[in-house]
Amino acid sequence: MAQILSPLPGTFYRSASPDQPPYKADGDAVSAGDVIGLIEVMKSFHEVRAETAGTNIRFIADNEDPIMAGAPIADLD
Amino acid sequence: MLKKLLVANRGEIAVRIIRAAQDLEIATVAVYSAADAESLHVQLADEAVNIGPPAAKKSYLNVEALLKAARDTGCDSVHPGYGFLAENAAFSDAVTGAGLVFVGPSGDAIRMMGDKVSARSAAAAAGVPVVPGSTGRVEGLGAGRHVLTETGFPVMIKAAAGGGGRGIRIANSLAEFEQAFPQAEAEALAAFGDGGLYIEKVIGKARHIEVQVLADGSDAIHCYERECSLQRRRQKVWEEAPSRALSDRLREELCASAVALAKAVKYSGAGTVEYLYDDEADRFYFIEMNTRIQVEHPVTEAITGIDLVAEMLRIAGGEKLRIRQGDVSVKGHAIEVRLNAEDPAKEFAPFPGQVAELRIPGGPGVRFDSMLYQGYQVPPFYDSLLAKLIVHAETRDAAIARLIRALNELKIGGLKTTKPLFLALAADPAVRAGDVHTRWLEGWLIENAAALAG
Repeated sequence: MAQILSPLPGTFYRSASPDQPPYKADGDAVSAGDVIGLIEVMKSFHEVRAETAGTNIRFIADNEDPIMAGAPIADLD
Repeated sequence: MLKKLLVANRGEIAVRIIRAAQDLEIATVAVYSAADAESLHVQLADEAVNIGPPAAKKSYLNVEALLKAARDTGCDSVHPGYGFLAENAAFSDAVTGAGLVFVGPSGDAIRMMGDKVSARSAAAAAGVPVVPGSTGRVEGLGAGRHVLTETGFPVMIKAAAGGGGRGIRIANSLAEFEQAFPQAEAEALAAFGDGGLYIEKVIGKARHIEVQVLADGSDAIHCYERECSLQRRRQKVWEEAPSRALSDRLREELCASAVALAKAVKYSGAGTVEYLYDDEADRFYFIEMNTRIQVEHPVTEAITGIDLVAEMLRIAGGEKLRIRQGDVSVKGHAIEVRLNAEDPAKEFAPFPGQVAELRIPGGPGVRFDSMLYQGYQVPPFYDSLLAKLIVHAETRDAAIARLIRALNELKIGGLKTTKPLFLALAADPAVRAGDVHTRWLEGWLIENAAALAG
């Protein structure tokens, strides 16, 4: 099992914009380099990418959660 | 006079408003999100109310929470600051509807100036020069040719239904125009389902010059202009007053036009009328009016001696303008720089974190508007403005020297800030000569990326 950690402090978003579907749904497979969410830091947006491939992603952070750098965003098998 | 003010904002502007209110012996209530409980504005206000979680839309943009905080604490007024709900007409209406005083213009005035077309019409009707072009849509090539007699070249042919840079063509001659017009019409129809076009002169190199106005609903005065040509991604980074580009004659004309507009729309409070100034043609054109106090207001305060935020509060409290136009005069030159929590060496990446060390510049002609204190944790949830350093001196050259002196005194440990950018700009020959325009800084940043990274 692996964890994806937040690289930055800020607000976490699961989709590119409110009217779009999430980048990944719980249970999806993930390839290395896939975008799994966005972190908004001081009004600028940064993509969060998976560093390793995995299956069955399970999000720990909810959409629009405030998040600290290093905090877990999701678990991967 | 107002008795108790809710400050519906955070950061340095909340601190600024609290100070002005306390100077006038108005009680203050701060509001804060869960991320801002330790903030300076919370510490300085007489009372403070938690209005929700960190996300701005659940706290600082939450109208219901703000109105409840005002009611629960017995406030008679609300100051919106800048950003957040400051230019939200519905908020102004909601505050007034709740029986409170909104420190700013009416919802109708905000609405009129917020809409680009109605603002342009209001300006034109008040005799304020707007960017030359068609008055609305252009019906056909013949009508287009007629507009060209006023604009000259180059011109932009814009899709009425376009936006964000889409649906724009530029023509440098009549031949290009006659070719481009039908193409633009067809493209607009295909892209937006509406072939409507309008025409605007291209203003090449221009300065951003804006006029501060104060108005009480019937009378209006100006407090001269600011120049804010140094911008990055359309965000001002360095502002000064007065503008050295204007002749005295044009300065009076420009400022009088801003007053005419404020009077025409029966404006109330502090506002800013923004213009483009074309050096070569020696002409200015209305862009828009901002119906709030602006970030860069302290440079105007420095050269005029007027406390703009205090005047806003007096006007909102029902007083007529106390200052006559003849009493407003310019003394010396002022410069403001915006210290943001951004790393200029890394393309201005945001840099939230803890203020490990803080040394604030002082001495004659130096003002530091900020919410920083040693140990303060800068939250990542809001904009990156940490502090505004304002210097005032007899001349522009002396103000630049004072800016360098004050920047060298300033130390913000533990964070990356835009301080190195301003030291580099203050030493640049073009900046020192005032020879800049609104797109100058973008080019300078590309050429000087290595120096900023070093």
